[in-house]
Amino acid sequence: MIKFLFKGLIRDKSRSLIPFAVVAIGVMLAVFMRGYINGIMVDMIEQTARFNTGHVKVVTKAYAENISQMPADLSILEASELKNSLGEKFPEMEWECRIKFGGLIDVPDQSGETRSQGTAMGIGLDLLSTGSTEASRLNLTKSLVRGGLPDSPGEILISELFSNKLGVNPGDKVTLISSTMNGSMTFYNLTVAGTVRFGNTALDRGSIIADISDVRAALDMFDAAGEIVGFFPMGYYDDEIARSVLDKFNKELPDQSGEFSPVMLRLRDQEGLSLYVDLTKTMGMIITLLFMTAMSLVLWNAGLLGGLRRYGEIGIRIAIGEEKNHIYKSMIYESIIIGVAGTVAGTAAGLGLSWLMQTYGLDISEFTKNATTGIMMPDVVKARITLPDFYIGFIPGVISTVAGTMLSGIGIYKRKTAALFKELEA
Amino acid sequence: MKYIFTIIITLLSIQAYSQPNAQDIIEKVDRNLSSKNRVFESKMIIHGKRGIREISSKSYSEGDKKSFTEYISPAREQGTKMLKLENQLWIYSPSTDRIIQISGHMLRQSVMGSDLSYEDMMDDRRLSDIYNSKVTGSEVVDMRNVWILELTANVDDVAYAKRKIWIDSERYVPLKEELYARGGQLLKRSTMSDIAYIGGRWFPKRVIYKDMLKQGDGTEFIITTIRFDIVIPEHLFSKASLKK
Repeated sequence: MIKFLFKGLIRDKSRSLIPFAVVAIGVMLAVFMRGYINGIMVDMIEQTARFNTGHVKVVTKAYAENISQMPADLSILEASELKNSLGEKFPEMEWECRIKFGGLIDVPDQSGETRSQGTAMGIGLDLLSTGSTEASRLNLTKSLVRGGLPDSPGEILISELFSNKLGVNPGDKVTLISSTMNGSMTFYNLTVAGTVRFGNTALDRGSIIADISDVRAALDMFDAAGEIVGFFPMGYYDDEIARSVLDKFNKELPDQSGEFSPVMLRLRDQEGLSLYVDLTKTMGMIITLLFMTAMSLVLWNAGLLGGLRRYGEIGIRIAIGEEKNHIYKSMIYESIIIGVAGTVAGTAAGLGLSWLMQTYGLDISEFTKNATTGIMMPDVVKARITLPDFYIGFIPGVISTVAGTMLSGIGIYKRKTAALFKELEA
Repeated sequence: MKYIFTIIITLLSIQAYSQPNAQDIIEKVDRNLSSKNRVFESKMIIHGKRGIREISSKSYSEGDKKSFTEYISPAREQGTKMLKLENQLWIYSPSTDRIIQISGHMLRQSVMGSDLSYEDMMDDRRLSDIYNSKVTGSEVVDMRNVWILELTANVDDVAYAKRKIWIDSERYVPLKEELYARGGQLLKRSTMSDIAYIGGRWFPKRVIYKDMLKQGDGTEFIITTIRFDIVIPEHLFSKASLKK
């Protein structure tokens, strides 16, 4: 019967083409939109996690209360010991010490006088240890514009935009003017190893990245760290895992009353990210629901139109003795075939579009250049294809098509055999 | 009735006589605190949130326009030099071998993590030149009779628009001071002690500063040696001397 119905659909293009096209276009849009929105949300969260929040972060209680000010004086002391302890308690996670700091980058002329100066935001992270994954986590190699990554102490990366503003090139010496952990003004000479483009306007405006040992020396922070950030092994934030890690941390360190006691913050506890985390979790469901509703209406209409167009054909089929149930069933089978075919085609097209968007992205830097939030919005938004994208289209594609046909097919049972010939004569 | 009136007038006259003119008090304070030039060695004991640090330095100053300070200890700060000429300030950092001018908002930064800012170090002007003053009362501080004076800036380029000073009524040195922003917010508080008679003037050798916007228990500024009105080589007050 399936073969018979399939042949019928192939031969009668008017029965299959429009519903197929409607399903395929609807599914394509659903799959693409899901991949696109998922990409934006996950990118925002992961970029913020990599540069800023980690998946979880351990700081002192006092630092957590003033976290937006990056207070170096409230940093964790004996950070190596705490980092090792975290590594033992959570061996599956990666833990990294980081120091965020602010200051001025002063560029000297030949006589040592200030040639140019600019305000910088800096991150000190482990770039020089063997086996450190920080450079790859921040995608620094791919972000390089000129020069190379720091490979010896005293070398830094500087954002390309900032380097142009200051007029410095790889190999040039600059002086960092900042405050030590004790509040003293400090001066520290550094060499520009390379320039990078982070793809985030806030970072590109004036950022430097240095090895944490240099930052510790510059800011008089021996074995101290502003933050110890932790990353999950699967490479993306999972709220449930974060909760269990936090519970275990609080259980192991129940006394957090001291001002400098370490406390753990999940990604969702920082920078107002909780809404985004919740949205990411439900985004697939929201998109699917929206498209299912819209497509059900469209396909119901398509089914009604099809039913009207096939009014004569169904009448003849009833007249020659075919049972109404059989006709209804055959129409549902047809819609399943069209739904599956349309969904496969739509999913393929949606995945194709998502792949293009994932590979090339869409530059939205014009809209984000004045962004001041702690959430890092990437300048180029990209779609993200995930496993559900391969099957999520079947929900609106098949269910809506069948539901539309089932609704419109009810009319078959209202046809009266006695009136059929009159209808056919007309 | 006539007698009562005479007594009241007499009492008021005594009161007016015993409470001298505020401007006179401030000028006497200036005579104690300001000098043609001075050389002193000092130590700052900074009582921070997470520990105590001690910083030693030697300073030379000429009037209120020129000063030169060299930090002697600890090792991290050793060799750091500061030069003030008029209203400009330069810092030499030996680790970078750079001379950097401190200006704008950087002047409000803390000096070596203390409760003093570069702006505080810069402003050596005589109080009577930049503030209008009035006596608002008297009380006893550290068993000394003091006048309480309120000072209001009469120039724009001051770090503190208002000051409240408790001045020893015999020795004319401040024993306590509160520094306020234009909006009335208390920014800093200082208390002076170890008042010594040096070179014909009374001078506080120990001052405790407390930046009210900063955490910690304040900074003790202790003068270990001080000499007034001695000859200071002119070349010291030049940028060239910073790198020497």
